[in-house]
Amino acid sequence: MSSTNLRYVSRKRTVREDKRFVTGKGKFVQDVALPGTLHVAVVQSPYPRAEILSIDATEALAMKGVRAVLTGDEIAAHCDAIRFGLKLPEVKWYPLAVGQARYAGEWVCAVVADSPYIAEDAAELVEVDYEPLDPVIDPEEAFEETERLVHPGNGSNVLYHGHFHWGTVDEDFAAADETLKFRVRWGRSSTVPIETFGALARWDEGTEILDVWASIQMPNFVELLSSTLRIPLNSVRLNQDVDVGGSYGVKRGIKHSVLVGYLARKLKRPVRLIEDRLVNMTSGDAHGPDRIFDTEVAFNKDGEIRSLKIRALDDAGAYPGRAPFQLAKPISAIVGPYTINSVKYEAISVVTNKTGQVPVRGFGQSPTNYMVESAVEKVARHLGMDRIEVRRRNLIPADAFPYRIPSGSDYDSGDYQTVLQKALDAADYDNLVRRRDAARAEGRLAGIGIATCLEPGGGNNIFEYLMNPSAEITTFSEGAELRVDPDGLITGVVGTTTSGQGHETLVATIIGEELEMDPDEIRVVHADSLNSPITRSPVASRMAIMLGSSTAAAAQKVKAKVMAIAAHNLGKPVEDLEYAEGTVFEKGDPANKLSWKEICFIAHKAYHKMPEGMEPGLQAQHVFQVPGGGQLPDEHQRVQIYPCFSFQAHVPYVEIDPKTGHVSVLDYVIGHDCGTQINPDIVRGMVIGGLAHGIGAALYEKFQYRPDGQFLSATFADYLMPSVYEIPMVKDVEHCTPSPLTSHGQKGSGEGGYLGAPAAIASAVNDALAPLGHCIDELPMRSHLIEALINDGNTNA
Amino acid sequence: MSTLEITVSVNGNSYTETVEPRVTLVDFLRDKLALTGTHIGCEHGVCGACSVLLDGVPIRSCLMLAVQADGREVTTVEGLTQEDGTPGILQDAFRDAHAMQCGYCIPGMLIASEALLRDNPDPTLDDIREAIGGNICRCTGYVQIIEAIQLAAERLREANR
Amino acid sequence: MKPAPFEYARPTTIDEAVALLDDDSVVIAGGQTLVPMLAMRMARPDRVVDINNIPELAGIADKGTEIVIGAATRQVDVLNSALVAEKLPLLRKAISFVGHTQTRNRGTVGGSLAHADPAAEIPLASLAMDAEVTLRGSGGERRISVDEFLVGPMMTAREPDELIVSLHYALAPAGGRVGTGFHEVSERHGDFAMVAAAARIELDSGGTCRTVALALAGVDARAMRIPALEAMLAGQKVDAALLSRAVAEIPGAIDPGDDQHATAAYRRRVAVALSERALADALRNAEGGAA
Repeated sequence: MSSTNLRYVSRKRTVREDKRFVTGKGKFVQDVALPGTLHVAVVQSPYPRAEILSIDATEALAMKGVRAVLTGDEIAAHCDAIRFGLKLPEVKWYPLAVGQARYAGEWVCAVVADSPYIAEDAAELVEVDYEPLDPVIDPEEAFEETERLVHPGNGSNVLYHGHFHWGTVDEDFAAADETLKFRVRWGRSSTVPIETFGALARWDEGTEILDVWASIQMPNFVELLSSTLRIPLNSVRLNQDVDVGGSYGVKRGIKHSVLVGYLARKLKRPVRLIEDRLVNMTSGDAHGPDRIFDTEVAFNKDGEIRSLKIRALDDAGAYPGRAPFQLAKPISAIVGPYTINSVKYEAISVVTNKTGQVPVRGFGQSPTNYMVESAVEKVARHLGMDRIEVRRRNLIPADAFPYRIPSGSDYDSGDYQTVLQKALDAADYDNLVRRRDAARAEGRLAGIGIATCLEPGGGNNIFEYLMNPSAEITTFSEGAELRVDPDGLITGVVGTTTSGQGHETLVATIIGEELEMDPDEIRVVHADSLNSPITRSPVASRMAIMLGSSTAAAAQKVKAKVMAIAAHNLGKPVEDLEYAEGTVFEKGDPANKLSWKEICFIAHKAYHKMPEGMEPGLQAQHVFQVPGGGQLPDEHQRVQIYPCFSFQAHVPYVEIDPKTGHVSVLDYVIGHDCGTQINPDIVRGMVIGGLAHGIGAALYEKFQYRPDGQFLSATFADYLMPSVYEIPMVKDVEHCTPSPLTSHGQKGSGEGGYLGAPAAIASAVNDALAPLGHCIDELPMRSHLIEALINDGNTNA
Repeated sequence: MSTLEITVSVNGNSYTETVEPRVTLVDFLRDKLALTGTHIGCEHGVCGACSVLLDGVPIRSCLMLAVQADGREVTTVEGLTQEDGTPGILQDAFRDAHAMQCGYCIPGMLIASEALLRDNPDPTLDDIREAIGGNICRCTGYVQIIEAIQLAAERLREANR
Repeated sequence: MKPAPFEYARPTTIDEAVALLDDDSVVIAGGQTLVPMLAMRMARPDRVVDINNIPELAGIADKGTEIVIGAATRQVDVLNSALVAEKLPLLRKAISFVGHTQTRNRGTVGGSLAHADPAAEIPLASLAMDAEVTLRGSGGERRISVDEFLVGPMMTAREPDELIVSLHYALAPAGGRVGTGFHEVSERHGDFAMVAAAARIELDSGGTCRTVALALAGVDARAMRIPALEAMLAGQKVDAALLSRAVAEIPGAIDPGDDQHATAAYRRRVAVALSERALADALRNAEGGAA
């Protein structure tokens, strides 16, 4: 796909969504006011594991303004357990604890009242009698555990334990010059948007429709909600014109939505649940991967990496959510951007008495990239080789695309060496090394980080099949719609919610590009789920790829119809005509033409001027199936997962105070290639914003539990997110290797710098520690951990 | 619990309402006055999404009781828009620099930036960091926000020349 | 996170406020620490007494031998005060680490002292400066040292019916050269300190240490002075080697705890390092004539 001669795509253009945000006119779920709305507060378990003996809500119900108190037993009697994609019938997940509380903070009751203040007052009056049990908190213990079972009927704490074997691993290990074993640990963190999750539901008895407004980013949300509530799928209308205040994967509040949906039908009033921050952090089930990697790498003396043996153990928390699948999606890029020949991958998902996980930006790819980059760094350190040189020897060369990796995905396109070089040039690498060395000479600890990572994009849940072969689902598509009205004005449709990715701008830009019309004149609306095109929602860094391509195809259909109508009326075949900004004219005789408005009028009003058999009107739909999708894995479990692969090269510079262990990220260059950029400002925002998330995961952010299961990170004073002080003025440089698979060569960029920044910061910190012979292999790299490495055994005490 | 009658000036308009003492200023602005531009992010004074100007000075409205605003002047993000409904120079600069994504932290960022640029028309990078250091953004990584503030400062200096 | 119900009072004089204070009431000044506690229902007073409308409680006054700062003086006003910058440089340095612009616009110096977080900067600097606190209760007024006022974590000597009225910072007698230093480590800019060190050195004209104060926060149940260290330095000509020996007194003098942000061992070692830096700064400033 050529990116030359583009009018609107890749041009700097204002993002239209920004207008409402700067004037305070965003419509977030908490801004939706329905008369008569009731409010929910939750009663939470103080124990990480306990039998629930009795619940007495008498006092709470007696309080003025309290309308209901809902327990787990009632919900379980009227609703299905929430499905999570694995066949584990004894693992039952309900919005409220049933029989047992399985983590400190788990919701035991929902109190419904006239105001959030009264609901919280009443929640304190609910008396719950617990019999505390011994919790299991450590995932390695949980894996072996036979007594402390989070779900006793399941027989163990293991949700999933699978082995994958791609290529000649044993032979490659035997033939390699050397091998190294190491462990790295990715701490439990999440992307924690500033807006918490919220849902509002209203049941209309007359139309039998459940209207839902939610701060949601979730495929299958309506399907799951309706099936859990046991109402028909087309009885639920998700209003998708709600602005979502950040998600990055985590806004999945299915249990919240089931609660308000159930209560709205029961109480015949709109019901709203807005998480407060304590509830969100403790019990919103929105934590992210919590993963231990034990990896062995086989390599040659010249730095060529031949094979990997990976064991990944992930702590899902008490209920599966999407946690197990965050182990499977990274199979899509299991060797990173390298020509590694073979891989063994053992993936284990266990339950413990903690809150659950949701998909976090990258769906497990960032932890996996951190592990792969750690392998590269350790190989380099072991061989005494330059870390850039080792990467150069292993990066997939530009002439090798499409490149088939051992697990079966083809990387569509890329030029990794060029992007890496661009990043190094932008970082003025040789001078950066001098700067680092000068700092070291002055007694400071200083390090340069290098990371080269992939961002798979486009989506394709075939990885679910790898974990659950009864789920033969190979469709992962996105629909687009556009309509041209009798006046010639264009309206495009987004069939899902948006949480900052600028989908309205995306759709308008693509339509404008195809039809050669000013995108600012094109209206884009968010359809609700009853009148929306097919969608799988903005996950998996997929919307530019999927909605962009489907929108382009729908616009092309409209353009073809316009040409056909013009041909019929101008008396010439289509090949003799030219289209220019909506006007169609005869190539040899430009005066013989029809204007856009004239054509639109004919389409809508002048049937007698239409080609024989053509439908009136001017609108089109297109559903785009994910490229490479539609296949099942082969007998070696190889399959194309995501279609498109963006690439990033990170070069941060850090200094560490040797006495306090405090890390300062002083400079940061990122080279980034996501193919054609639909809107450069949006892409830049994703790249840098994702990078900031990654700095948080690398240095500050962790949901901590005491060994006894009490949760320690419920507030923003405990869970520390980067402020402007912690993020340098990141310098980003671009490259473009278009994808051959999409409408304009675009790949995904929604996950952005998050996929490589943790690995890059770890690389920088370890480079700083290298002169002392130290290495830190867990994230986040908090000051006290680094200081202890440096100074332990060297104290004044 | 007894309620109190308070009179608060918000964006130049005077409002007299009855509130319980425990209602925070942010809840008062959003629920009583339907000014939903100011957002709640944490309710414990860390994220800055609730920032408003109190007598011209940026504060966290989740940490103030509505009754404490009795007789005071509050400016919210809605008050930054001009009388004829067009956005001001600062708001336009944020748009032009695409200094946001989800938009949730932006009202707080605008309030903090407004206070900065009113007192300091030519801020350094350190000045800007100090002004928005108490506002967390999870989308942007701050770079485009800083660029927007620098752009706004430049345009305001031009306009006032 | 909505507070439990409470009554609200807005007195306009100190005596009116004192009359409203008892076991079940709580004072709201800036609200930056109280309101989160109300929101989390960790504080559940029957009555909140708002002291923001009592003119005598705010202001910074030079009384000749001391600077008197009203308890309800905003942190931002102390930070921006030319008087404080000139005469109480250690307090100014400490406040620059407190929170963020928005919190300093409302937070008060008295409020920080009353909260007595063991990691907070204002109690720390006040302790290092031998500051005193005036309290007024139903029984009258009393004035005690900050050292006596700080009892334990979030615990002070204030009786339930007492209001902090003012803070008193003695000014150094003429003839000496005063230098100060303040260092802290926190995970992010503006967070509560994991460890903070405040140092104040007064040299006589010959360069001998006339008085020295070194206080630490985040290392014990409350901010701590280190008498053993101060004794080693007082009356001496202080150099880097002596400082190094003096800070070795610190680990044995403090009892830090483990929490999710830092270990006790970390706090011990970092206390030594930051104290050395703060004292070195104070020495250099005293010698060089800066503050």
